[in-house]
Amino acid sequence: MADKPRILFCHCNYAQVVPEEVKAGVLQSLCESGQAFEAVADLCEMAARRDPALKRLAAGEAPVKIAACYPRAVKWLFGGCQAPLNTDRTEVVNMRELSAKDAARALLDEKVTPNLAADGLAAATEGEKKI
Amino acid sequence: MAIADETTLRIVLYEGAGAATLDAAERGSTLTALLGKGYAVTCAGSGAVAPADDSALLVLGRFENGQTPEAEDANGAVPIQFRDIDGLDSEGITALVEEERESTQTAQHGEWKPWFPVIDYDRCTNCMQCLSFCLFDVYGVDDEQEIQVQNNDNCKTNCPACSRVCPEAAIMFPKYKSGPINGDVVSDGDLNREKMKIDISALLGGDVYQMLRDRSQRSRSRFSKERSSDKALGERTKCLTKLAAEADIDIPLEVLQSLPSADEIAEKSAAANAKATAALAAQKSG
Repeated sequence: MADKPRILFCHCNYAQVVPEEVKAGVLQSLCESGQAFEAVADLCEMAARRDPALKRLAAGEAPVKIAACYPRAVKWLFGGCQAPLNTDRTEVVNMRELSAKDAARALLDEKVTPNLAADGLAAATEGEKKI
Repeated sequence: MAIADETTLRIVLYEGAGAATLDAAERGSTLTALLGKGYAVTCAGSGAVAPADDSALLVLGRFENGQTPEAEDANGAVPIQFRDIDGLDSEGITALVEEERESTQTAQHGEWKPWFPVIDYDRCTNCMQCLSFCLFDVYGVDDEQEIQVQNNDNCKTNCPACSRVCPEAAIMFPKYKSGPINGDVVSDGDLNREKMKIDISALLGGDVYQMLRDRSQRSRSRFSKERSSDKALGERTKCLTKLAAEADIDIPLEVLQSLPSADEIAEKSAAANAKATAALAAQKSG
């Protein structure tokens, strides 16, 4: 049986780019789920400080689901800090585009659908899956 | 304060053996308050969480009889503190955590909006356009002459100009309002922006200053008589604003107003170009 994915939630504190109701709705669903998860205030802020915690958040063999923004941005926030995400086992749930309900459903679904471009391959114009 | 390499205090919200369970609403309000203050929180529950590293852990829980466990990391590498939060509301909990943060030398948050370029190395061709373009020393190269963001806190908040000169749309600002600068998928149209690139280069690369010099020349006698630096500044602002609007770019007025003088900009531009040229030459010889 595949490993249950770890969950990471980004609160995107320092800008209003993720709708407040989406962030709050997803966080509420996580709190009600009884599922273990990691929550960070702002992945951008951590990347700006090259926070060593990014390595911890990217590490491990289990697949990871990340509730944040665009997959390409998330991939390189980690990658730029020498904390690369495993592109075969990471799914980014884009809270800028999804409703709270859809984002929470994608996050809590145990099935992982990796959606980061493989290293060295630019995401195709229409090939990157928006989840 | 310069942004230093610092770690975030990791807080664990513990609800396991020896501690009471929080209801979902309490858990939510506590998390929201802690995240709002910039902390990273691990919510224990069913399933795995990220592995430990050597950074400090602060474990919060409603411990039975207010008795916090006496425990330590078996390897002695991770400083662990336990704190009882029984009777505290979310405000009280964040105050408690703030006190603990000060003793752990972990990062203090909220002093700077994290606005800086993020390079998509899947797209980047290491052409050094961004290094040549940026006047604020945000970019540099590593030992392998690969472009990197070196001084992200030099970046001008809300200014995405360098991303627009990138021929591969490889520079992202994740907090930008629209794609592909925000990290959204890059379209063919995004790559076909030669005109825009020239406009922006002109705006920030010197032509605007030539225009200002021409205007200044025409009105020199008036300015010299009036000796008004306020009027000169007003003229500069007016011109820059007009140019920015005409170019239909999204560079905040504050950024345009804070650009260096014409001589300084020429000097900085030459220095940035020299860095880029040296890096490109090193790439070729390597």
